[in-house]
Amino acid sequence: MLPDNTRPHGGNGHGHGHRHPVNFDPTATEPDPHAQTPWHGRPFRLGIGGPVGSGKTALTAALCRALGGAVNLAVVTNDIYTTEDADFLRAAGVLDPDRVEAVQTGACPHTAIRDDITANLDAVDRLTERHPGLELVIVESGGDNLTAVFSRGLADRQIFVVDVAGGDKVPRKGGPGVTTADLLVINKIDLADHVGADMAVMVSDAHRMRGALPVITQSLTRTPNAPDVADWVRAQLAVPLGV
Amino acid sequence: MPGTRGGLAVLALADSRFPNGGHVHSGGVEEAVARGLITDVGHLREFLFGRLRSAGLVAAVFAAAAAHAAAGRRADWPGLDAELDARTPSPAQRAASRAQGWGLLRAGRAAWQSQALSDLVSTTGRPHHPLVLGVLITASGAGARDAALVAGYHSVSGPSSAAVRLLGLDPFAVNALLIELTAELDDLADTASASAHLPPADLPAPGSPALDLLAESHDHHHREEVRLFAS
Ligand SMILES: Nc1nc2c(ncn2[C@@H]2O[C@H](COP(=O)(O)OP(=O)(O)O)[C@@H](O)[C@H]2O)c(=O)[nH]1
Ligand SMILES: [Mg+2]
Repeated sequence: MLPDNTRPHGGNGHGHGHRHPVNFDPTATEPDPHAQTPWHGRPFRLGIGGPVGSGKTALTAALCRALGGAVNLAVVTNDIYTTEDADFLRAAGVLDPDRVEAVQTGACPHTAIRDDITANLDAVDRLTERHPGLELVIVESGGDNLTAVFSRGLADRQIFVVDVAGGDKVPRKGGPGVTTADLLVINKIDLADHVGADMAVMVSDAHRMRGALPVITQSLTRTPNAPDVADWVRAQLAVPLGV
Repeated sequence: MPGTRGGLAVLALADSRFPNGGHVHSGGVEEAVARGLITDVGHLREFLFGRLRSAGLVAAVFAAAAAHAAAGRRADWPGLDAELDARTPSPAQRAASRAQGWGLLRAGRAAWQSQALSDLVSTTGRPHHPLVLGVLITASGAGARDAALVAGYHSVSGPSSAAVRLLGLDPFAVNALLIELTAELDDLADTASASAHLPPADLPAPGSPALDLLAESHDHHHREEVRLFAS
């Protein structure tokens, strides 16, 4: 079976007919006509992107610890050191090895999560077949530059992780990762003093670049279970996609 | 002679940006580079010529035969699929071909309506890439020779961009190498389209033991190591 996302708009891509995309009638009860990846009992796909070393794998492990008890989850990793990431998750005791799938990205990590998501969808399919009832697949991107974002065809929601040690100018530099991700995480705030980063500037720049989209600051050395991000993910899971 | 119909689809299917997962396959280049068999443009030239004449020809022959079969009424999809298996001795290469076929199917179903495509899938499960390609070419109104051209081009375009990424080769020099293959690719398309009407078992069967071995060792040696490409 091909996954349902081959026809994201239910048929020929013109499913919303001639209706106006926004209904201004506050009493209207019709379904949201916006194109959304439908929720048809397939796992929720959460993308975690960001530069090399910002803490994507550490956050993935934290989410596995925080959510693994209550949520049936699995991980797809796109890192070069694929077995290392899998080993890390195994050693951390947070995930069975058969719940981790590694993707080869053809030396082009942003292509594999954005322009041609085939290899990642194949990995998600393998996990879904192996683990009936899978509810959440976390897809960790390979470390990439600030322009690399997940295709909406692959990730239902995406988190972009930057770190304080990368410099407090990163949020200001913008790029689609910082400006459009559903959640921006500024990680390693424990290091701010050591690298002379101004947290107030970083956070206010982030909000200025992102408008209403949320920003979470955290340190995984101080709070290894990433409680704020885990709460955000729980909230996303609670809302069926497309509703 | 009428010009190619369905030209846009032919060009889109040949384009490396077509989203069917081709960019994660190096066609043996990653393993050859790891073994020091390809270090410069000269080595890559030999590799690409060899690949086009062997793996490229097999793919082109089956893409053309699939395009021909899709245009007719009685297609032997299991026969074509099995005969392509028989011409692909390396399990790793068979897996790579089926993985890319599945990727092409996913992208193809979102873009084309084709009864032949449904028949191909219902009778073979996870068909080989050249068969899916041939069916989509016919669904677009193009012909068996176009299918062969695209399949032959794929056999060298992906490996050449893998070489650029892995070795940092001069992209202009590598692109010039591809263009050097112009006459070869025309000959290959002629050969492949001339055999497109044959029964599956009678289709040409050129072999490439070196590529088979590279694919196998890529699979074995890199299972536990750093590997950037899936094949
Ligand atoms: N000090 C500090 N180090 C962290 C934090 N989060 C992750 N790290 C470390 O940063 C390094 C890179 O993390 P990793 O998750 O592998 O980064 P990735 O490349 O984005 O996956 C590792 O050594 C982590 O232990 C944090 O909040 N504070
Ligand atoms: Mg990582």
